[in-house]
Amino acid sequence: MNFMASKQPENSLLGPESDSQRTLYPYVTGTSVVALKYKDGILMAADMGGSYGSTLRYKNVERMKAIGKHSLLGASGEISDFQEILRYLDELILYDNMWDDGNSLGPKEVHNYLTRVMYNRRNKFNPLWNSLVLGGIKNGQKYLGTVSMIGVNFEDNHVATGFGNHLARPILRQEWHENLSFEDGVRLLEKCMRVLLYRDRSAINKLQIAKITEEGMTISQPYSLKTYWEFSAFENPTQGAVGSW
Amino acid sequence: MDLNMNVDAPHSMGTTIIGVTYNGGVVLGADSRTSTGMYVANRASDKITQLTDNVYVCRSGSAADSQIVSDYVRYFLHQHTIQLGQPATVKVAANLIRLLSYSNKNMLQTGLIVGGWDKYEGGKIYGVPLGGTLVEQPFTIGGSGSSYLYGFFDQAWKEGMTKDEAEQLVVKAVSLAIARDGASGGVVRTVIINSEGVTRNFYPGDKLPLWHEELEPQNSLLDILNAPSPEPMNI
Repeated sequence: MNFMASKQPENSLLGPESDSQRTLYPYVTGTSVVALKYKDGILMAADMGGSYGSTLRYKNVERMKAIGKHSLLGASGEISDFQEILRYLDELILYDNMWDDGNSLGPKEVHNYLTRVMYNRRNKFNPLWNSLVLGGIKNGQKYLGTVSMIGVNFEDNHVATGFGNHLARPILRQEWHENLSFEDGVRLLEKCMRVLLYRDRSAINKLQIAKITEEGMTISQPYSLKTYWEFSAFENPTQGAVGSW
Repeated sequence: MDLNMNVDAPHSMGTTIIGVTYNGGVVLGADSRTSTGMYVANRASDKITQLTDNVYVCRSGSAADSQIVSDYVRYFLHQHTIQLGQPATVKVAANLIRLLSYSNKNMLQTGLIVGGWDKYEGGKIYGVPLGGTLVEQPFTIGGSGSSYLYGFFDQAWKEGMTKDEAEQLVVKAVSLAIARDGASGGVVRTVIINSEGVTRNFYPGDKLPLWHEELEPQNSLLDILNAPSPEPMNI
């Protein structure tokens, strides 16, 4: 894909809107985010890639960030828009703290705020080009939700964005259950991330897993997954049909 | 083909730009070709532009867009420096670049690399690609010529290089990109920024190494023809 060639000239836009913003196209993008509820809270995984079209350009992008004390936000899509969302949330959390009333915004509230932001931008034909995963736990209540760039939002026991919806969710539907241990949760996420690594062209083998519990949020150091290629069918794919592929 | 040459095409700096940190500062590098369609409008441009005494920016993409963004940021930084009472940090400069790039993402077509040195963080490099993402990196490449350098840097980059190693790496890289990217060419310019100050260097074509299928430049064919014949072999 060559984004450089696709810039629209101003004069092709409708009259009065020619100066204002309209639907854009993403430049630097992150791929899938996968998350699930487990015994103590939420586990979320995302790789550290920032793609520029088909080039795997940036390999150290943190696509999951803590929001306040109780929430964790993961994003796929345009990284600059994610950075802007983090600025909005910074302000939201700051104002919340300034009330100094002992209350703090929980994941449900943050998710609602994000939903409003995304939907209102969509209505103005100027979306923030992201799919967001918002997870957290407050007062023992676990919460996991998602919002897309057009404002579609819902909560579930496990969510994913992008390719994750097609490749990870089916695995999670089969293997997720209530009260997963931390180890089982991590292994399940890794299973999903490995499949994404095999099958998603924009995935890179450098990921982080973040955990949010009542105690707080921790994010793992970046690490890589082992991949499996030693199958006889892979080594000699055309043995049974010479000349085939 | 010549009659259809689009001399009114927007000035674009196809470009190869590079920013690299080393132990003590940063090295910024760039080629010097500005093209208008197929015509080279300026073969000796300076794509490494000063923002403050200690922060420079490498410009790529649309010449007009990158120039206007640099001009605005230089203006803002100047005021900021007066108000702050001390040199602006590289991070602030990079964030101003990001602010303009992000807010005007629909209209701008410029990728920028901000590099400099300040007393708090030392040498830092920030990439601001199309769209206005801000990424701090130990090194970064940009412009159309950078496509040819991803593999090179994956292999050649190391942490903790000296100033000379870093500059040689940058010169070699820009030179390799020029060899393959039609939109990059001319001379290699570097700017080294550290606690001691700023050094500008200039590497004309003849000072650059020769790559695959490139020949040593000659004054004339006549020199070759008149060159003494090689000695017969003693077998």
